[in-house]
Amino acid sequence: MTAKKTYIQSFCTIQNNQILMNGEVVFSTEPTAFSDFSKKTYQHLEMNYPKFFKMDNLSKLAFLGAEFLLKSESNFSKENNTALVFANKSSSLDTDVKYQNSISDAENYYPSPAVFVYTLPNICLGEISIKHQLKSENSFFIFADYNPEFMEKYSNILLETLKADKVLCGWVEYYNENYKAFLYLVDKEGEIEHNQEILKKLYKQ
Amino acid sequence: MEALKQELKSKIIEVLNLEDIAIADINDDDALFGDGLGLDSIDALELIVMLDKDYGIKLVDPKEGKTIFKSIETMAGYIAENRVK
Amino acid sequence: MIKEVYITETNCITPIGFDVASNIKNIGEEVSGIQLHDKPMLFSVPFYASIINDVDLDLAFAKVTSATNYSRLEKMMILALEPIIKKSKVILNERTAFILSTTKGNVTALENHNIEPAYLDQLAKIIANFFEFKTEPIVISNACVSGILAVSVAKRLIQAEMYDNIFIVAGDEVSKFVLSGFNSFQAMSDLPCKPYSINRTGVTLGEAAAAVLVSSNKENAKIKVRGDGSINDANHISGPSRTGEGLYRSIQSALAEARIKSNQIDYISAHGTATPFNDEMEAIALNRLGLENVPMNSLKGFYGHTLGASGLLETVIGIQSALENKLFVSLGFDTIGVSQPINVIEKNENRNIHYFLKTASGFGGCNTAVVFEKVN
Repeated sequence: MTAKKTYIQSFCTIQNNQILMNGEVVFSTEPTAFSDFSKKTYQHLEMNYPKFFKMDNLSKLAFLGAEFLLKSESNFSKENNTALVFANKSSSLDTDVKYQNSISDAENYYPSPAVFVYTLPNICLGEISIKHQLKSENSFFIFADYNPEFMEKYSNILLETLKADKVLCGWVEYYNENYKAFLYLVDKEGEIEHNQEILKKLYKQ
Repeated sequence: MEALKQELKSKIIEVLNLEDIAIADINDDDALFGDGLGLDSIDALELIVMLDKDYGIKLVDPKEGKTIFKSIETMAGYIAENRVK
Repeated sequence: MIKEVYITETNCITPIGFDVASNIKNIGEEVSGIQLHDKPMLFSVPFYASIINDVDLDLAFAKVTSATNYSRLEKMMILALEPIIKKSKVILNERTAFILSTTKGNVTALENHNIEPAYLDQLAKIIANFFEFKTEPIVISNACVSGILAVSVAKRLIQAEMYDNIFIVAGDEVSKFVLSGFNSFQAMSDLPCKPYSINRTGVTLGEAAAAVLVSSNKENAKIKVRGDGSINDANHISGPSRTGEGLYRSIQSALAEARIKSNQIDYISAHGTATPFNDEMEAIALNRLGLENVPMNSLKGFYGHTLGASGLLETVIGIQSALENKLFVSLGFDTIGVSQPINVIEKNENRNIHYFLKTASGFGGCNTAVVFEKVN
């Protein structure tokens, strides 16, 4: 396969109560819990999407990152073949622990379907797909650490084999109030080269 | 009955994370599903858990939920008649 | 020229056998792994499930290693991989990848407030270290399509020349966690599941591990991976699309890549969880593609729903169906209970199978389809 060059069209980082678009802070709050930070971000985006409040923290994190990157992309009159390739370390463990607690006491055993459904990491891909009507390729991977090499190669495969026109990649890590999201849109055109070195650099910003 | 209805409204808002909705926004005969409050299938399942947890009512046939969860009015009526706690 | 990709080795560890041959024998004789279990530690009332016997598992494991500090799921996965790694003689170097597919991995560790073993990268590391893989494990956790999605990912990575050989293991376990969860979804069947039947009421859960070797080397090829697609419904996180949109598009994508028409498919190994909505959705998607007359089955009647393992396990059995030119009965099926016509296999029969299609769908709106072609 002869690889054509691909580019990072835009990128978004969410960490420490801050959201950066292409390296610039676009929203931040005073130190606060993620639930509060995510709600304030939602309000900042002036969204009317009540489903947001039903999501677990991992989905909220991924959803907000996607919102910043795709809000200018969404065009419902045209099909948008943007694939989703996401990964993290902790899978849905934060919600798994919450769910496990709801079934560990026989006296107080009320498993919640609304919690159980989020005990799969790929649910956040479903949430993004629904919001942006992306009937597209999607897959969720788990690695011990941020893995720019795999992400770069896999997203390029999707573009080269014409399975997708663009790829939204994301490292979305959430466990017990520790979070970091780094999402970026890979396209066949753009200014920032899409390669491992640059992905490493942008992730660290 | 009035107290139960108020209690249900507040519980539904809390359990189903209806962030932007206040108790006063829900009328007793508003449709909870579909065009009304816009609840969906997972919410319906969560209401089944709530019936069990807070009122000791176990639905034998989940399809019953459709009529019971039509509105606050129908829910309150059903709970008042069948509650064991 | 795009590289051709093959599956050259297969294996599975299930309640009806610890190798492919014994599984096929039992399926041929309509022996199911589903039984009534009375295990209050797992579920408060007796329940139907397809569960691997602990004694059998430990005996088989003791033949492979004297080590004992492995979880049930790890034992299942090691047992699935061990014979095919050995038999293949593939060198585990930087050109050989390892993919692990699972939905919940060692989630049972949480019962003892053990967080570390529940990390999926930890599970992958344990299995990778056992066999001394040299490359970093790739874990796929994409709900119930995980197992078949791994085949698709492996094919793509080999075509991109990242690797020459990829071992995949897919496994999931029946646990208090998943039993309570599916039950809270009112999605569990009181009787062994009945895919596509009028009286189906939901899933029966199961556990299994399956393993395959995906390779660019045609020698020993069992089947060729011809095309694949994994497209989201973009409709609902727990309910499938009413129009089967994501599945329809996934199959379409796989067929287009394989450059074959829907009327060339000889057999479909479908998902068939036996929930009312899933089976109906599949029937609609298949009809939209003109696949309604192709013989199809769901193997859930034999194995229950083995979650992240199911797609790969059913591929392993599907490959054997194709190699032996046998269509296996869709166990549990009686009277059709979907609104569109589909051709559910009602009895075992011999039929030439050249192309077969494997599909799966899952929570999060995910779907995967892979087209396989027999190697002559």
